Amino acid sequence: MKRGAPKFNVAPWVLLAPFLVCFGVFFAVPLVQSVGLSMRQTFGPAHSEFVGAANYRNVLIDPLFWKAVRNTIAFTAGSVLIQLPLALLLAMLLNRPGIRGRAIFRAIFFAPVLVGVVFVAMIFGVIFEKRTGLVNQALHSMIGWDLDFPWLQMYVMPALIIASLWQYLGFNMVYFLGALQNVRKELVEASTLDGAGPWQRFRHVIVPQIRPVASFVVLLSIVGSFQIFELPYVLFNGTAGPDNRGLTVVMYLYQMGFDQGDLGYASAVGWLLAVLLMVFALFQRRLAGESKQGVRA
Amino acid sequence: MSEAPKHDRTHWGVYMLLLLGAALTLVPFLWLVCGAFKRNEDFFTSTFLPRGEGFLGIAWSKLTLDNFRTLLDSSGILRSMLNSVFLSSVTAVLATLVCAAAGFALAKHEFRGRRLITAIVLVAVIVPPTLLLAPGYQLLFKLDMLNSFSGLVIPALAPAFGVYLFRQAASSSVPNELIEAARIDGCGELRVFFTVAMPLLRPMAGAFMLITFLGVWNNFINPQIVLQSESKLPLAVAVSQLRGVYYQDYGLQIAGTLASVVPVLALFLLLQREFISGLTSGAVKE
Repeated sequence: MKRGAPKFNVAPWVLLAPFLVCFGVFFAVPLVQSVGLSMRQTFGPAHSEFVGAANYRNVLIDPLFWKAVRNTIAFTAGSVLIQLPLALLLAMLLNRPGIRGRAIFRAIFFAPVLVGVVFVAMIFGVIFEKRTGLVNQALHSMIGWDLDFPWLQMYVMPALIIASLWQYLGFNMVYFLGALQNVRKELVEASTLDGAGPWQRFRHVIVPQIRPVASFVVLLSIVGSFQIFELPYVLFNGTAGPDNRGLTVVMYLYQMGFDQGDLGYASAVGWLLAVLLMVFALFQRRLAGESKQGVRA
Repeated sequence: MSEAPKHDRTHWGVYMLLLLGAALTLVPFLWLVCGAFKRNEDFFTSTFLPRGEGFLGIAWSKLTLDNFRTLLDSSGILRSMLNSVFLSSVTAVLATLVCAAAGFALAKHEFRGRRLITAIVLVAVIVPPTLLLAPGYQLLFKLDMLNSFSGLVIPALAPAFGVYLFRQAASSSVPNELIEAARIDGCGELRVFFTVAMPLLRPMAGAFMLITFLGVWNNFINPQIVLQSESKLPLAVAVSQLRGVYYQDYGLQIAGTLASVVPVLALFLLLQREFISGLTSGAVKE
C-alpha cells in the first residue's frame, strides 16, 4: 500500500451501498416522515394540512379505537396463553429420548407455518361456516354440537385464536424444541439422582435453561399478535366483521388511512401502536429479568 | 425387567398425544384437498368426501374438476401465479445479495461509522412494519411507484433483520485468516466477498432466500396497498377476492387456496432442513 494514502476504506461502503440506499430511502425516510405526517390531516396521498396533536387526541377519544385495542389484547392474550404452553408441551413430548419419527412429526407440526395468513383466513373462513364447515360438522357428529353455531357472526375472537393456533403452534414448537435440545443432560440426570420429581425437574432444571429462548418466543408472539390484520380482514371481506367484532388496531389503521384516505391519522395510530409495543417489550424483558434473578437467588 | 413395560406404556401415551396433535394439524389440509374436488351442494351433506355406493363408500362420481376449471377460466389465476413467482424470486435473490453484502461488511470490515450503522440496524429490527404503511404509501405516490412491481420489490430489498442475520453468520463462519490470505493473493474486495465469503455464508443465504421467498409469496398488505391493476395482483390478493360477500363458492375458494399453498409446501418439503435451521438461527444466538 502506498504511504500517505488516505485511511478511508472504500470497500465496506461499496458493499453497504445497496443496503444503505434502499434502507435510507424506503425505511429511514418514511420513518422520519411519519412523525410529521402524524400531525397532518391528509386527503389521499397528495393533499394535507397541519393539525398538530389533534390526530392523537381524536384517536384516543374514538371508542372504535378502544374497541380495536380490546379486541387486539383479547386475541394476543388468547394466543400467548393457549398457544405457547401447548407448543412447549409438544416440544417436550417430541424431545423425550427414544421417540421415533421426530423429524416427521416436526415437519407436520411445522407445515401450517408455510401457509400464508391470507390462505389460513381462506381455509378457516370455510371451516368455520355454519352448516357446511368442518368445525361444526365434526363437533356435531362427535358431541351433538349445534350445526348453526355462529363462529363468524358471534365468536369471532375464539375463531381467530383457533385459526392462529393452527398456524403458529409448530413455529413456536420448533423454537422450544431447539432450546430443549440444548438443555444439559448431566444436570437433568443429576437432579433425577437427587430425587427430583418430574415437576421439580421441569421447574428448576429445564425452565431456567430454556428461559432465554422462551422469553424471545413470548416477545415474538406478543409483537406478532398485536399486528394481526389479514386474518379478520380476509375473513370478513375487507370489513371488521359483524358489529366490529374482528376490528384490530392495524385494521383500524388500515381503514382510516386507506379506506378513508387520511394517512396522517393512520400514522398517528401507527405511532401509538409502536409505543404500545415498546412498552410491552420493555415490560416483558423486565418481567423475564426479574424472575431470572428470582431463580438464581 | 419390571422397568421396561412401564417405559413402554408412557411411550405409548406420548405417541398417542403426538398423533392426536399431528391429526389435528393435518385435518384442515385433508379437508382442503377434498373440498377442492367437491360440488358446492355437497358441502352441506359431507364433511370430507361425499358418501355413496362407490369404492370405500365414497360417491366418486360426485367429485368434479369444475372448481379448477372456473378458477382457470374466470379469475386470471395463472397470471397471478406468475406474478407471485416473479415477485417472490426476484425479491428473494436480490434481498439476499443486498443483506449478505451489508452484513459481511459490518462483520468483517473496519471503518468509521460501522458501530453507528450496526446500532441503526439493531433499532430498525424492532420497528413494527405497520408504522411504515401510511408514510411508505405516500412516498411511493411521490416517487410515482404505485401500481408497479418496483414499488413492491425495491422497498423489500433491505430488511434490517436480514443484515443482522448475515452479520451474525459472517462473524461466526468466515475466518479472518481466509480473508487476509485472499487479499495477499491480490483479490479485490468485491471478489473477497463473492468468492471467499459467499460460499461460507451459503447455509444462511439459502435459508434467508427461502424465508424471503415465502414472506413475499404470502404477503398481503403491501400488494393490497401498492397495486391496483387486476393483472398485477399476486396470488395472496387475487385469491382473497374469491371470497364473496353474499354468495360463497366454497369449492372455488378452496381450489384457489390449494393452488396457492401447494407450491410453497412442495418447496419446503424439498428444503426443510435448511429452512428450519435458518428460521431459528437468528433467535437462538445472543
